[in-house]
Amino acid sequence: MTKRIVILGGGTGGTLCANRLHRHYRSHRADDQRVEIVVVDQDNHHVYQPALLFVPFGLANRQEFVRPRVAQLHHDIEFIEASIDRVDLHRDTVVLEGDRELTYDALVIATGAMLAVDETPGLTGPGWNENVFTFYDLAGATALESALDAFEGGKLLVNVVDMPIKCPVAPLEFCFLADWFFTERGIRDKVDITYATPLDGAFTKPVAAATLSGLLAEKGINLITEFNTGEVVGNDAAGGGHLVGYDGREIPFDLAVVVPLHSGADYVGRSTGLGDELNFVPTDPHTMQSSAKGNVFAIGDATNVPISKAGSVTHFEGEAIVGNIVRYLNHEPLDESYDGHANCFIETGFGKALMIDFNYDTEPLPGHFPTAVGVPLLKESRVNHLGKLMFQWVYWHALLQGRDIPGIGADMPEHGKTTTTNEEVLV
Amino acid sequence: MTTKTMTGVEVRLNPEGFFEDPSQWTREMATEMATADGLALTDKHWQVIEFMRREFTEKGTGPTVRVLGKASGVSIKELYELFPKGPAKTAARLAGIPKPKGCI
Repeated sequence: MTKRIVILGGGTGGTLCANRLHRHYRSHRADDQRVEIVVVDQDNHHVYQPALLFVPFGLANRQEFVRPRVAQLHHDIEFIEASIDRVDLHRDTVVLEGDRELTYDALVIATGAMLAVDETPGLTGPGWNENVFTFYDLAGATALESALDAFEGGKLLVNVVDMPIKCPVAPLEFCFLADWFFTERGIRDKVDITYATPLDGAFTKPVAAATLSGLLAEKGINLITEFNTGEVVGNDAAGGGHLVGYDGREIPFDLAVVVPLHSGADYVGRSTGLGDELNFVPTDPHTMQSSAKGNVFAIGDATNVPISKAGSVTHFEGEAIVGNIVRYLNHEPLDESYDGHANCFIETGFGKALMIDFNYDTEPLPGHFPTAVGVPLLKESRVNHLGKLMFQWVYWHALLQGRDIPGIGADMPEHGKTTTTNEEVLV
Repeated sequence: MTTKTMTGVEVRLNPEGFFEDPSQWTREMATEMATADGLALTDKHWQVIEFMRREFTEKGTGPTVRVLGKASGVSIKELYELFPKGPAKTAARLAGIPKPKGCI
């Protein structure tokens, strides 16, 4: 009997999940069981999203970081290019545009997060893509490249409207790269860079926040905390713009780079019982099974699990979700193996980067990764910058194919980490 | 961890003043904390505080301001008028639940 696994979304999570499932069933297929894997996405452009950070600074090549989704999937996996209207949990059916229906035995929600630009008054009003930009999508990042080239000085404001966002360190990296970019252009002394965040520090985790605040200060970047953007005024009477906080504070700018609110995909909101208030899918943080129904799983940015929305998280979730889909279809108990492992390189400008590695229980700590002789953690180095650049190759050739990366397992390594306090890191 | 006596009961608080044990909370304690903050609790305040406790019971974490604005029946603008020092944090503290995780 043929079972069908439908995967909604052909980005990082959907692709690696499909390829891992395909590999599993190719080598473990029982004679009486055939499995059909179908991936649905509304378009055929797979964007390597970490590259978007580099686009505004002229450091990314579109030919490299946008590739066809279908080319990343094994040829036995069916790819359907169509918009999703809704999921009917009751009938185990996905309804596509034009009322085309796809039934499933197991469903994976991998449609990521979208930018809810309309939720912030004024954001897409006067000044949008003129002096108010985002680099969180390709069109915005490309428009910002011209604006940064033409910028001759003034107030550059980088603002996160509210969490959760994809890659929570990216806005900080943008600040560090802007510091480098304007230094290279010889006008750093004419540019005032400010980072305004709704958090009470530069980052959510205390030890990393202390290190990152230190780096901001070192580079002369102003930090404004607990700022909740209520409105964006793109072109005010003074000829510039300003953000208005819900608490009445105002921050003026000549050029604003705003990370908009994020939501899950719209169809999640149209699917009764599938998502939460923000259209993210309530998901068990260890098994990746949704709480909507036993045969529905979710991976990556689409879930509500309490860890960063990042490609590394999606990669580490891959092993757990695929194992559990197989177990579910075999009527076996699920394995609670995902520990919230996340890691990322943080680009700090001038050819350097630092790396953080953490999970649900352990915050990012200094030390080395993955063991005591590995790359430095929470410390700037050239080797981390090279790692960040090399990672795009790893992404297309290993991660999306659902292969494990040698030496980096799904569980967070503890050997190389140093337990320390905030004060020690600050010194 | 610190302890503080509220309405004659010794309550365990974290360094930021959030309850360590939400089951120790009573409505009278919320009123006492609000008074110390200079807030006189109205029905609207209670609507938010009760929503915070319901969300915490159901989901294990308090809602963010954005979720409050979408689901509590009180707009974000109004939430800031009710709790000028930050609705999610203040209401969570008054509701005796941990600081909302917001994000990671």
